[in-house]
Amino acid sequence: MTVKSAFCSCRNNGWRMGAWLVIIACITAIGIGLPSAFAGQTLKVGVYGGYFKDSFDKHIFPDFTKETGIKIESVAEPTGEAWLVQLEQAARAGVAPADISMIAQGPMLKGQKTRIWTPLDLNKIPNHQYLLPHFIHKYPDGRVDGIGAVSWYITLVSNTNVFKTPPTSWADMWQPDKKDKLGLLALVSNSFLLEITAKTFYGGDDILNSKQGILKVMNKLAELKPNVKLWYRDEGQFQQALQSGEIPMGQYYHDVATLAAADGYPVRSTFPKEGGINDSGCWTVSKASKKLKEAYVFINYMCRPEIQAKLSRKVGTAPTVRREVTGLSAKEFSAVSSDIPPIIPRYDLYTGELSDWISQKWTEMVTK
Amino acid sequence: MTGRKPENLRSYLAVVYPALMLVVFFIVPFAIMVTISFFHRDPGAFYTPVFDIANYQNLFSALFVRVLIFSLFIAGLAAAVCVGLGFPFTYFITRMPRRFQVFWLVFLLSVLSLSEVIVGFAWSLMLSRTAGLSNLLVWLGLMNKPVSWTPSFAALLCGLCYLAFPYTVLVLYPPLSRLNPSLPEAARTLGASPLRTFFTVVVGALRNAIVAAFVMVFVFTLGAYLLPQILGRPHHWTLSVLITDRAIYQSNMPMAAAMAIFFMLVSLALVVLTMFIGKEKKVAS
Repeated sequence: MTVKSAFCSCRNNGWRMGAWLVIIACITAIGIGLPSAFAGQTLKVGVYGGYFKDSFDKHIFPDFTKETGIKIESVAEPTGEAWLVQLEQAARAGVAPADISMIAQGPMLKGQKTRIWTPLDLNKIPNHQYLLPHFIHKYPDGRVDGIGAVSWYITLVSNTNVFKTPPTSWADMWQPDKKDKLGLLALVSNSFLLEITAKTFYGGDDILNSKQGILKVMNKLAELKPNVKLWYRDEGQFQQALQSGEIPMGQYYHDVATLAAADGYPVRSTFPKEGGINDSGCWTVSKASKKLKEAYVFINYMCRPEIQAKLSRKVGTAPTVRREVTGLSAKEFSAVSSDIPPIIPRYDLYTGELSDWISQKWTEMVTK
Repeated sequence: MTGRKPENLRSYLAVVYPALMLVVFFIVPFAIMVTISFFHRDPGAFYTPVFDIANYQNLFSALFVRVLIFSLFIAGLAAAVCVGLGFPFTYFITRMPRRFQVFWLVFLLSVLSLSEVIVGFAWSLMLSRTAGLSNLLVWLGLMNKPVSWTPSFAALLCGLCYLAFPYTVLVLYPPLSRLNPSLPEAARTLGASPLRTFFTVVVGALRNAIVAAFVMVFVFTLGAYLLPQILGRPHHWTLSVLITDRAIYQSNMPMAAAMAIFFMLVSLALVVLTMFIGKEKKVAS
């Protein structure tokens, strides 16, 4: 990544002109109107490599092709920001490694700064009416730049052998009987513990709008440290310890914990009364893509309630559409989501001017 | 190696390939890292290629200094433990019959095939309350109830030493096996006890090998970044962990590069100092 960035940043000026020409040509082509039949068209779709890509290749893409005639070429993209870097550098050369990409919220905001995401016209995505409002992602000027693709929850998980009664609140983690019993995510930008603490003890995330407020929340979190046995970066590290009861409580992914419980492990996932953390990825169209029309067809298809229900059943993601339209049974729904209003992470904190300061203070707090 | 100047074009050609590889796989990436460390960091984005010394100015936080000192301390301690255990161990191996020597060397080499991840998870399981060694001690009646020994400083030190021990032995083996047996024999004939012989004659004759092994393990353990996360608590996270966080999770390449370069310079200075002290002693003796 570093090598490429270093090289491309010095030679991008020459490419920019070409890129603009391609974009103009592309817009003109759309204006003139592409053939209405999509048969034989191919759309490159970037999906997180591994489990997500395998699931989409198996359960989603073949049916989409059967119905619309648009072939899908799925591209395994790395999570995190490496893919954004690749998309941006390719776009400077007028190339789109994927027409549509699944993008996490942090990179979504970073990509806005270079206007990498093609603004989307909601009129061309009629199924957006089913979406929960926070799954329509917008540029600061109000134009839509992403549509909720998949979403998942981070909840309070516990070992049923060690804790006979389920916890009810995130505040349970602060209780003295949890000493040296918790496993929490290690980084401020993936644990969302600031948001959890703000919602649990300060009535919401408004307190995170100032440096003093953030420090106050961090001080509250520092009280939690004696209870934390493991600050994990790798999920596998915590899951094993949770199942064995070595570390009997912590924050974890709701769908994975539910699967483990279904496999017979003594594990439960609880939505605390303050809500679970609802993290998500968006569908975005690279500004270098020449397949906007097909992209609308794809995004509209993915917003269909029955497709979202299929994703919940087969992949374990929470629906991005309203519960009542999905047709999921109570059991199916609770396996992936909850009616308790979620805590939505404050992604702006980790991508804005304060991001380095927050990371530094966080590391100081955790490692002290 | 021979100290002679190459005589013709062919002998020059022979070094072109390694030199080229050195440039492509070491000097170029390193130069890129140095360059990036002087680039301007855009918070919330990546970096702009503008000269900026701020990354180095921002290095010296209390956090950075504390973690730097801890990283050097634990690497030094791991090196001391490895050499302390590895030197007598290797000495005994070299006194064994040939086939036992081969057995031990093959065994140690096979340990090297384990990755840091596997070693880390194995130790965390072995020291855990639910499945670990303490259960065995309870069964033997030596303890009342199983306890958890990980994550802790001791667990981390064990993991690091386990990873570095085979290297220590492999570095010490050649000089120890070349040690002339008549030296310790002479000492014994003159009336020195076996222990005294070992410490004054064997250790004394191989001081350079010991320093070399120490430096090698020290540098090797400095780079460990998975074990501190698996076996250590947050205040045991080494600088390598923080550099990874900066680079991968915060996309702050300039700062990560600056940290890495400063870390490297400090370690290099320590290595040179150690070598220098080793040399001084040799001259003095």
